[in-house]
Amino acid sequence: MKGLKVIVLAKQVPDTRNVGKDAMKADGTVNRAVLPAIFNPEDLNALEQALRIKDQVPGTTVTILTMGPGRAAEIIREGLYRGADDGILLTDRAFAGSDTLATSYALAQTIKKIGEYDIIIAGRQAIDGDTAQVGPQVAQKLNIPQVTYAEEVTIEGEKVKIVRRLENGVETVVAKSPLAITVTSSAPECRSRNAKLLMKYKHARTVSELQNETQDYTHLYNDRPYLTIQEYTVNDIEVDNEQLGLSGSPTKVKKIENVVLQAKDAKKLSTSDEDISELMKELVESHVIG
Amino acid sequence: MNNVFVYCEVEGGKIAEVSQELLTKGRSLADELNCKLEAVAIGSGLDNIGQQVFPYGVDVLHTADDPRLEPFTTLPHTSIVVKLFEETKPQIALMGATSIGRDLGPRVSSALHSGLTADCTSLVIGGHEDKKAKKVYEDLLYQIRPAFGGNIIATIINPDCRPQMATVREGVMKKEIRDVAYEGELVKLDVANYVSDEDFVVEIIERHLEASKVNIKGAPVVIGGGYGVGSKETFDLLHELAEVLGGEVGASRAAVDAGWCDHERQIGQTGVTVRPKLYIACGISGQVQHRAGMEESAQIISINTDPDAPINAIADYVITGDVATVVPKMIKFYKQNTK
Repeated sequence: MKGLKVIVLAKQVPDTRNVGKDAMKADGTVNRAVLPAIFNPEDLNALEQALRIKDQVPGTTVTILTMGPGRAAEIIREGLYRGADDGILLTDRAFAGSDTLATSYALAQTIKKIGEYDIIIAGRQAIDGDTAQVGPQVAQKLNIPQVTYAEEVTIEGEKVKIVRRLENGVETVVAKSPLAITVTSSAPECRSRNAKLLMKYKHARTVSELQNETQDYTHLYNDRPYLTIQEYTVNDIEVDNEQLGLSGSPTKVKKIENVVLQAKDAKKLSTSDEDISELMKELVESHVIG
Repeated sequence: MNNVFVYCEVEGGKIAEVSQELLTKGRSLADELNCKLEAVAIGSGLDNIGQQVFPYGVDVLHTADDPRLEPFTTLPHTSIVVKLFEETKPQIALMGATSIGRDLGPRVSSALHSGLTADCTSLVIGGHEDKKAKKVYEDLLYQIRPAFGGNIIATIINPDCRPQMATVREGVMKKEIRDVAYEGELVKLDVANYVSDEDFVVEIIERHLEASKVNIKGAPVVIGGGYGVGSKETFDLLHELAEVLGGEVGASRAAVDAGWCDHERQIGQTGVTVRPKLYIACGISGQVQHRAGMEESAQIISINTDPDAPINAIADYVITGDVATVVPKMIKFYKQNTK
């Protein structure tokens, strides 16, 4: 079997699962700066499936593609530590304000620039938006089939077999590459970092990151080309500027409201036997329960 | 024409619950916009689908009936919906936020370059003024949803692109028959004009469908557990309480992520929406995404060690204390009071 070229779409996201009080500013807006930036959880599930294909089919390469600010290179390194072969950071001010459609356009144009690929694989959705739209939209823009909600991906000869986890059961489908797949959180967790790979790639940097290094590592990067993380800007891909960023985004945010709750007149109770007994009695008497 | 359009999910000749809810919402939007409500049903054996769809006040029902179109696969359904939307030019298109709608919706929106908002919790008609472009818009669809982990509520609009697309989860909208004798027009699509052989490249080889075992949507009492429950052992106490009270256990996303509860019991924007007579929130802080799934409960009890937990603001009873202490007492005193 010939090795496959797999591209993993990944996103660095603020960890919205643990937004504490300190994450809210005095004016009630979210203070992104204090939220840790993490590898989007379902993208890690997707990376694991990509690495399993690599385990299964020798000669397979796994490339991580991410769009984001300079610091998103962190998740490419994280992917390299776990077994990805290389990564591309797509970063440009021109992408600012992109909705899912403008994002998928930029990603699809980057994938066209990469050229050959067999499987595009991504997490079903990112935890900062929960839209689950970018995967299918990239697939549409590349004019390739998509299989969403994947839990298990295996290569069977020329075909790809995918087990999908739906709300009411499980479905198994077969498809041919090129193909886009989105992976759900019930898929196996991503393997952890590999110590050897961590040593190998810990100095992997994008060109922008290298410029900010205080020491001159030029010789190191000349000797070890795999340490250079590719960085694309809008000039490296063919784009119609109208389809980028804010102007390429049909959806606009009209209003953002912070969540301020209106207090009701709640009965305040302690954990004492009297209070709980009284409560249960009241609920039974008012036929709420019983 | 610029009507309101609903994509109806069908399986085995039956229209999905979520689609009935969206038809109801679609009807009220169409009334407000003074336009028609159209729907499309794509599947196999759709002879009786009209009887199920028209009573919601559907003016035009398009059907694409072909054995190859059921069960759902992405590409043929996309081809049909995209072409139909190009022909009928709806101003609004609604789909269920299900594994079907969230697979199909983005594909269609990408093909049409129209904006799509996922998992809306509210849809409202309103105007908009773009001061920069000096343009005024009337009758836009406000697509309202929690965002950023539920810390904000965003109102999204699609000023220039059509259709304005939105997905909505099952249980968020209420279903209501408009008129059992409502007369609409049935348009049977010639499937061959809408799909090509290449649309059938993804082949389903096996399906194991099971009706969801738990029915928290219909339960009169729901005990919701959050991260504040603290452990799997304590979480199991909630099941005891549910059994005693004749209810079901639900959970916040954090509790599901912690592995204390199955995903199918998740309540909130990314789970099910419940409206029980009584909701007991145990160790739930009350992020807006969770509240979106339970705030219409008739009565809410919050048990939380944090007296300032946001959920307390919508609770009828606030018990400040530990779940592991309170729940066993509730079981004990319920039993005493019903003897």
